[in-house]
Amino acid sequence: MTLRLAVALTGGSFDSRHWIDQVRQADDLGLDLATFDDAFGRHGPDAVQVAALVAPVTRHVGLVPVATTTHTEPFHLSTALATLDHISKGRAGWQVRVSTDPAEADLLGRRGVVKPAELIAEANDAVEVVRRLWDSWEDDAIIKDVATGRFIDRSKLHYIDFVGEHFAVKGPSIVPRSPQGQPVVAALAADEVDADLLFVEPDPDAVRRIEPGRKVFVDLPGASADQIQTWSEISGVDGVRVSEVPDISDLVVELQRRGLFQPSAQKTLRARLGLPVAVNRYAREASVA
Amino acid sequence: MPKQIILAAHFPGVNNTTVWSDPRAGSQIDFDSFEYLAKTAERGLFDFFFLAEGLRLREQRGLIHDLDVVGRPDTLTVLTALAAVTTHLGLAGTLNATWHEPYELARQLATLDHLSNGRAAWNVVTSPGAFFGENFRRGGFLDHADRYVRAAEFIRTARALWDTDGGDFAIRNSQFDIKGRFGVPRSPQGHPVILQAGDSDAGRELAAQHSDAIFSRHHQIDDARIFYRDVKDRLAKYSRAENDLKIIPGVSYVLGDSDADAQEKAHHIRRQQVSPQTAILLLEQLWNTDLSGYDAEGPLPAIDPVLDEDDTIIKGRAGMYPDRIKTANEWRARAEAKNLSIRDLIIEVTGRQNFIGTADRVAEQLNEYVQTDACDGFILVSHLTPAGLDDFVDQVVPLLQERGVFRTEYSGATLRQNLGLS
Ligand SMILES: Cc1cc2nc3c(=O)[nH]c(=O)nc-3n(C[C@H](O)[C@H](O)[C@H](O)COP(=O)(O)O)c2cc1C
Repeated sequence: MTLRLAVALTGGSFDSRHWIDQVRQADDLGLDLATFDDAFGRHGPDAVQVAALVAPVTRHVGLVPVATTTHTEPFHLSTALATLDHISKGRAGWQVRVSTDPAEADLLGRRGVVKPAELIAEANDAVEVVRRLWDSWEDDAIIKDVATGRFIDRSKLHYIDFVGEHFAVKGPSIVPRSPQGQPVVAALAADEVDADLLFVEPDPDAVRRIEPGRKVFVDLPGASADQIQTWSEISGVDGVRVSEVPDISDLVVELQRRGLFQPSAQKTLRARLGLPVAVNRYAREASVA
Repeated sequence: MPKQIILAAHFPGVNNTTVWSDPRAGSQIDFDSFEYLAKTAERGLFDFFFLAEGLRLREQRGLIHDLDVVGRPDTLTVLTALAAVTTHLGLAGTLNATWHEPYELARQLATLDHLSNGRAAWNVVTSPGAFFGENFRRGGFLDHADRYVRAAEFIRTARALWDTDGGDFAIRNSQFDIKGRFGVPRSPQGHPVILQAGDSDAGRELAAQHSDAIFSRHHQIDDARIFYRDVKDRLAKYSRAENDLKIIPGVSYVLGDSDADAQEKAHHIRRQQVSPQTAILLLEQLWNTDLSGYDAEGPLPAIDPVLDEDDTIIKGRAGMYPDRIKTANEWRARAEAKNLSIRDLIIEVTGRQNFIGTADRVAEQLNEYVQTDACDGFILVSHLTPAGLDDFVDQVVPLLQERGVFRTEYSGATLRQNLGLS
């Protein structure tokens, strides 16, 4: 069985050349996506911005930055990631990160330690807000109707009116719906966030525990072609995420030789991962009503 | 040597200046449009590219405003992407001090400064509370005075973080209580350039004390000179020199083969910018009440404006009329004297471009503004996305270069250096 292939970029470089070279290599090799690590307080650049930097100078590879939900504004997250999807013409994703480290709370000066279960609930609320905002413009909201002088049909823009325990967000987004509609939401399986794509540690039991309907990538830092072959035989595994591989192009060539990997011809990240075209929840409601 | 002119390119905004009905008008959201305008500006050796920001879609009479361009991208994300496709152009983003937090925003601006090799700039704005606040965790809470207290502390705090060189900090002031490790080493500019766009006394004072440049709305030459003196005279008490604060108004222009041709084009554009529906909506922004029953081709309302600044008819746009009654009386007098309809009047008072004429005349006038201290440069706002600056770059820039008042190549390594700031 062939696998989809991701690379985790974890470095803290501030050199634009470094990032462009790394992601271009992944792009040229036909990898499906690159993830960009991040955390508050670490030595390193903002990951969403690094993904934005490389977007205009790459063509195929999915761009999946880590962004934290715990101390941030869901509205900013939503607009930044939708913008990344516009810039990359449908290649954006988001690896949701939950911050449990009190030192990070101190950086933002917001509040003390909160129970992990509550942080997960908050992250899921943030994901819900981000997703609703992504749908808050229907695809055909921009009409440019000279006769009536209207640029948009405002009946195709929607207030999201989210009210949760941690925040309330009115909407609609300030960003028109992006090419994928819903960029791919990813998370570490251990974080229990509701996502399209889950990264799971290399443990068959952990793979088995994942609910159906999610795409599952096994995290294999420094993996060899042999190890990847073993995982390709386990049911429920859609792909692997490698990192710190001495020579990634050798690895990719070897995986192709063994028939374990084939670059995808699909244009959007959702399509590459075999996720369905995202249906807009508000357009659906409107057509049912 | 004569003063050197600063030039910046404003991406066309979400108001009626931007004409979307023209067949040449391109997308306001596709990255190609941003890349095109940025590359045009860089071809013209401009100092920087500029993005405005609005954190909620504008509403009028309680409905999302639908007559103008609506929708734009996230500021920092687009600017960082532009860093990959340009090499010298400064990248300036408007970001609200109320709806961001210092650690996160300082980190993002320093990231932009690193990834662009020293080209980051931040236009600090403090716009309205409750309306934007409904999109944010923290909700709406700051009145005008407190917004500027927060903005000043925000800038001080951001600069303190940039000065850590990535190391540890502990900052406590009236607005923020934060500590930890910043994690971003000193960026090429050290401090990204700071612009400020508020016009009130508190806004001007903030600029005099903390900012490197002002994005001003004063573009009539006499008014601009008064504004220029006002803010430059505030610098001494902060031990700053006149050159430490650049005054850069946003301006529009129309070029033609002859002055008459340019006037004719300008009039055509003004009619595109002010449709009958738009005329009524713009009138409502001064009158602050529903005027949908009025005919745009008829006379101005006899009733007086509604003076309720806490519940304005337009939401999500900075207040433009400090004295509504006075302005309304002026507009009525002007309309009566010249027998103007609502639409004609609105075209005259809101839509008029600032510089109209042949390339030679426009170059001459721009230069006169700068040499006589009405300003230090211009943020050019064109009416067409994304090709609206092509004619300026092709025709006016060479004339400014001939006059020795605009660069013929980028000389500085950073935006700060190109702007002549220390
Ligand atoms: C030329 C100009 C441009 C502005 N652009 C923006 C903008 O893009 N986004 C925003 O939220 N506020 C913008 N503002 C609003 C101001 O920054 C400021 O918050 C507002 O004018 C209220 O402050 P004040 O009372 O000091 O003028 C702009 C103001 C001016 C004068």
